[in-house]
Amino acid sequence: MPLVLLVALPFIASVFAAFLPANARNRESTLAGLVALGCAIQTASMFPKLADGNVIRYQVEWLPALGLDLSFRMDGFAWLFCMLVLSIGALVVLYARYYMSASDPVPRFFSFFLAFMGAMMGVVLSGNIVQMVLFWELTSLFSFLLIGYWHHRRDARRGARMALTVTGAGGLCLLAGVLIMGRIVGSYDLDTVLASGDLIRASALYTPMLVLMLLGAFTKSAQFPFHFWLPRAMAAPTPVSAYLHSATMVKLGVFLMARFWPVLSGTPEWFWLVGGAGAITFLLGGYIAMFQRDLKALLAYSTISHLGLITLLLGLNSPLAAVAAVFHVMNHATFKASLFMAAGIIDHETGTRDIRKLSGLMRLMPITGTLAIIASASMAGVPLLNGFLSKEMFFAETVFISATPWIDFSLPVIATLGGIFSVAYSARFVFDVFFGPPCGDAVPKTPHEPPHWMRVPVELLVLVCLVVGVAPAWSVGQMLAAAATPVVGGELPEYSLAVWHGFNLPLLMSFIALAGGAVLYLVQRKGRSQGHLSHTPLLHRFDGQRIFENVLARMSEAGRRSRRIFGTQRLQSQLLLLVLVALGGATASVMLTPAQRGTRELLAFSPMFAMTWLIGIVCALAAAWQAKFHRLASLMLAAASGLVCCITYIWFSAPDLALTQLVVEAVTTVLILLGLRWLPLRKQSAIQPASQRLRPWGRRGRDLIVAALAGLGMAGLAWTMMTRPFPNSISPFFLDRALTEGGGTNVVNVMLVDFRGFDTFGEITVLGCVALTVYALLRRFRPAPESMALPAQQRAQADDGSSDLLNPRRAKDTAIGYLMVPAVLVRLLLPLAVLVSVYFFMRGHNAPGGGFVAGLVMSVALVLQFIVSGTEWVEEHLRIYPRRWIALGLLFALATGAGSVALGYPFMTTHTAHLDIPLLGEIHVPSALFFDLGVFSLVLGATMLILTALAHQSVRSHRWADEQDEKKAEIEAEKVRIAEEAGPEDMKAAT
Amino acid sequence: MEIVLAIAIGVLTSSGVYLLLRPRTFQVIMGLTLISYAVNLFIFSMGRLKVDSEPVLVNGVTATLANTADPLPQALVLTAIVIGFAMTALFLVVMLASRGLTGNDHVDGTERREGREE
Repeated sequence: MPLVLLVALPFIASVFAAFLPANARNRESTLAGLVALGCAIQTASMFPKLADGNVIRYQVEWLPALGLDLSFRMDGFAWLFCMLVLSIGALVVLYARYYMSASDPVPRFFSFFLAFMGAMMGVVLSGNIVQMVLFWELTSLFSFLLIGYWHHRRDARRGARMALTVTGAGGLCLLAGVLIMGRIVGSYDLDTVLASGDLIRASALYTPMLVLMLLGAFTKSAQFPFHFWLPRAMAAPTPVSAYLHSATMVKLGVFLMARFWPVLSGTPEWFWLVGGAGAITFLLGGYIAMFQRDLKALLAYSTISHLGLITLLLGLNSPLAAVAAVFHVMNHATFKASLFMAAGIIDHETGTRDIRKLSGLMRLMPITGTLAIIASASMAGVPLLNGFLSKEMFFAETVFISATPWIDFSLPVIATLGGIFSVAYSARFVFDVFFGPPCGDAVPKTPHEPPHWMRVPVELLVLVCLVVGVAPAWSVGQMLAAAATPVVGGELPEYSLAVWHGFNLPLLMSFIALAGGAVLYLVQRKGRSQGHLSHTPLLHRFDGQRIFENVLARMSEAGRRSRRIFGTQRLQSQLLLLVLVALGGATASVMLTPAQRGTRELLAFSPMFAMTWLIGIVCALAAAWQAKFHRLASLMLAAASGLVCCITYIWFSAPDLALTQLVVEAVTTVLILLGLRWLPLRKQSAIQPASQRLRPWGRRGRDLIVAALAGLGMAGLAWTMMTRPFPNSISPFFLDRALTEGGGTNVVNVMLVDFRGFDTFGEITVLGCVALTVYALLRRFRPAPESMALPAQQRAQADDGSSDLLNPRRAKDTAIGYLMVPAVLVRLLLPLAVLVSVYFFMRGHNAPGGGFVAGLVMSVALVLQFIVSGTEWVEEHLRIYPRRWIALGLLFALATGAGSVALGYPFMTTHTAHLDIPLLGEIHVPSALFFDLGVFSLVLGATMLILTALAHQSVRSHRWADEQDEKKAEIEAEKVRIAEEAGPEDMKAAT
Repeated sequence: MEIVLAIAIGVLTSSGVYLLLRPRTFQVIMGLTLISYAVNLFIFSMGRLKVDSEPVLVNGVTATLANTADPLPQALVLTAIVIGFAMTALFLVVMLASRGLTGNDHVDGTERREGREE
């Protein structure tokens, strides 16, 4: 099985898990368990290949030109982490099967769990450092989802958010650090990076890179000062805690430091930063853990402390310490996972995790109790258990390291003190919970042993603790050697994995720690029984969470304030700002390089053209003037200046543009006309007092000046550009090849359907999307009540007015009977319009025309029918399916484009055929014609959909008005009936 | 001739920008229409102006930029005109929906305070 499967399989299973039924706990856990177990067995079988320092690689080329490959590699160290992730994952799955209650939605849990497992495998196995960061961020994301699994709980949401913020921000720092690293080395390949330690340490960028990467590692591994997120993440279900906070997520930071140990360590910066953070975390975590009331919080702070220990070991710049760190990673994972599960069992069976309420559980759950006691002893570092071995190595390292006298003295003291703390909190976990008087009514449920299979994972893990503790060299010697070799850079230092090293200083430290811890625990117990020590002494004021939340709150407040100062919700101000910025930019660039008139020979002045534009200009100005109170006039005036644009296109040799502009102009005008009736009536109000008129006039004056400047700028720009010669253009390319390669003589059309066909395809897609959006928006359209009634002209008709027309007040559709003569003429015109459209379409490739124009002409012809005959009449007599036309058009265009791919040419290559048809003569059939047919169909469909959707609103609102009328009439009739029925009785009563 | 078109582009822009800054949705939609005329003409004019030289190939004449109008800006503007229509349609419908929902036709959906109303 290639390495990629080890990463991909959990992700694939995650997708499957998401679709199982909500209560399928058995199926979910079987799936997840099988995946974890299968991958674990597969990984275990790879061990022989790795034993003597070999590396297994798997690479998929992705973008070889950029040096980007999907790359996975496994060495001994990665193997160890894979085994931890997968085997503890399998155990946690089994545990979770019994922990999750029937009411929890398990598909979500197992889906996230598997995805998290895949992300972990991705980090561990990545052979490319950027790819590693990608998976790293995925672990942050999935841990967020897992911690917030019970999202109805406030603490879970907050804990999850905090974890994501801290670790996600750290991940971004890590990304920056990794990019710098890749820049120093010149490659993102992990093997290359690991081989260039000297280069990296000598680089000037070493320190910033180190700081950034350590920020990533420290946030993930909850090192001081980022330790505060981990206890809050305990709001997660216990299986999640057991998995994330013993073997996986928090170990990633340590993994990162160990992974890059050969290239980053060995400098004073490394020693002070890593060692310092590790030492502080080690002491701080242990100290706070002693005073926790919540079982899981105690374990969380203990985890922080142990991670500090590992970090400290890595920071000592000694290969032997690095080996000890790897060893402690393994040991901590086993005893901490089992302790978390035991805490979960206690919580599950008693209903509480409060140490003050729990007591004497040993009598009620002896097996769980025994297991928890052994695991705690391992955590405390009691001999013959695995925790003792690595802690002993740690003590030895702190004693034998030689640096300045100051460090020589303080390191063993720190180590012993941390050891005392860990003994004290382990003792508290054991004695307060399992011994003493029975807890009786203090706990919500009567405790008893959990289901057997829920305890099995704990049993197995505790067994490992024992076996490793008794026979370390026999059980894990080989694995540790294989895992530690890559970490120390290939050469293992001398070390001995024995339980007994004779009487020496480390052993003495162990005994001091055990004795001191016991004394400390007894002192604290006395203090607690007298009601003291309810808070962490000295430190309870320094609440990392509160500081974090204060910082977040301040930042969002600052954001809100700056938005109030610098932002505005008002469109006018925004647009004004936009125009002003554009004006400023343009002015600045003119100042830098003054624009001058060019040397191009200009066209002869034509008074006719100038007169045309005089009209156009007057129309544009008038349209702007009238847009407020006389919408119809403004619309007509704007359309007139649009027509002048159209004339301009004809004048300057752009027949295709002129045709398109002309039809679009018609369609746009109809469109806005249809919208006009829904706008509120606006009347010029009576003359206001001068004081109230001043401000609006001031604003208008300001806008007028801005507008004038903008116009001046555009005119100047256009003028300077038009008077210059055109040195370089890509247009000759199109002119040269339009006929030879595009097979058409109308260069503009050939460009649209051939050279820039892909662009046109995108454009018609946009057009289709817009049409559908318009349609969708109008389905839920609620017009303003006052524009719902019949228009005034229709209301003016007499209620029972009978004439040769239908009564417009009773007609469902306003237009029936109106404009009878034009209607007949326009109906006669329809076939002619269709013919024109077909003509434009067919000749498009060689003469002005094409799909756009033809589609628009066709839609204008249809819209004309709507205008004179009414919506309902047209829809009864014509089959209009705009949505189908849009779909067909898009499919046609796509199929034509894809056809050339099927024949082995690039997408949208044109092929031209010339057919000889009797009567019609030679017909030119390029494949682009079919593409153009798609354009035609889509343009027609989109235009018709937009216009008819809008037109239907009028019909619909009439129905609404009619219904209102009918209801009123019914109520009236009812009243009359009641009055009639009541009448006789009233009369009786009167007599 | 160039000067006429330049002035025309300038005036269309001015009218459009002025309307764009007005408070009523209808004014803004007309402003966008006028601005799109100006922008289309501007892009078109970047190919330089030519009379009687459509970019349609004729037998026997080698087409160069000296005797043919530039087809590139024309192709760009052609699609821009159609997209402009789509934009107008979408904006119109949003404007109508906003009018239905808010009961007024102010661009911000709320009338300003009395006395400041323009």
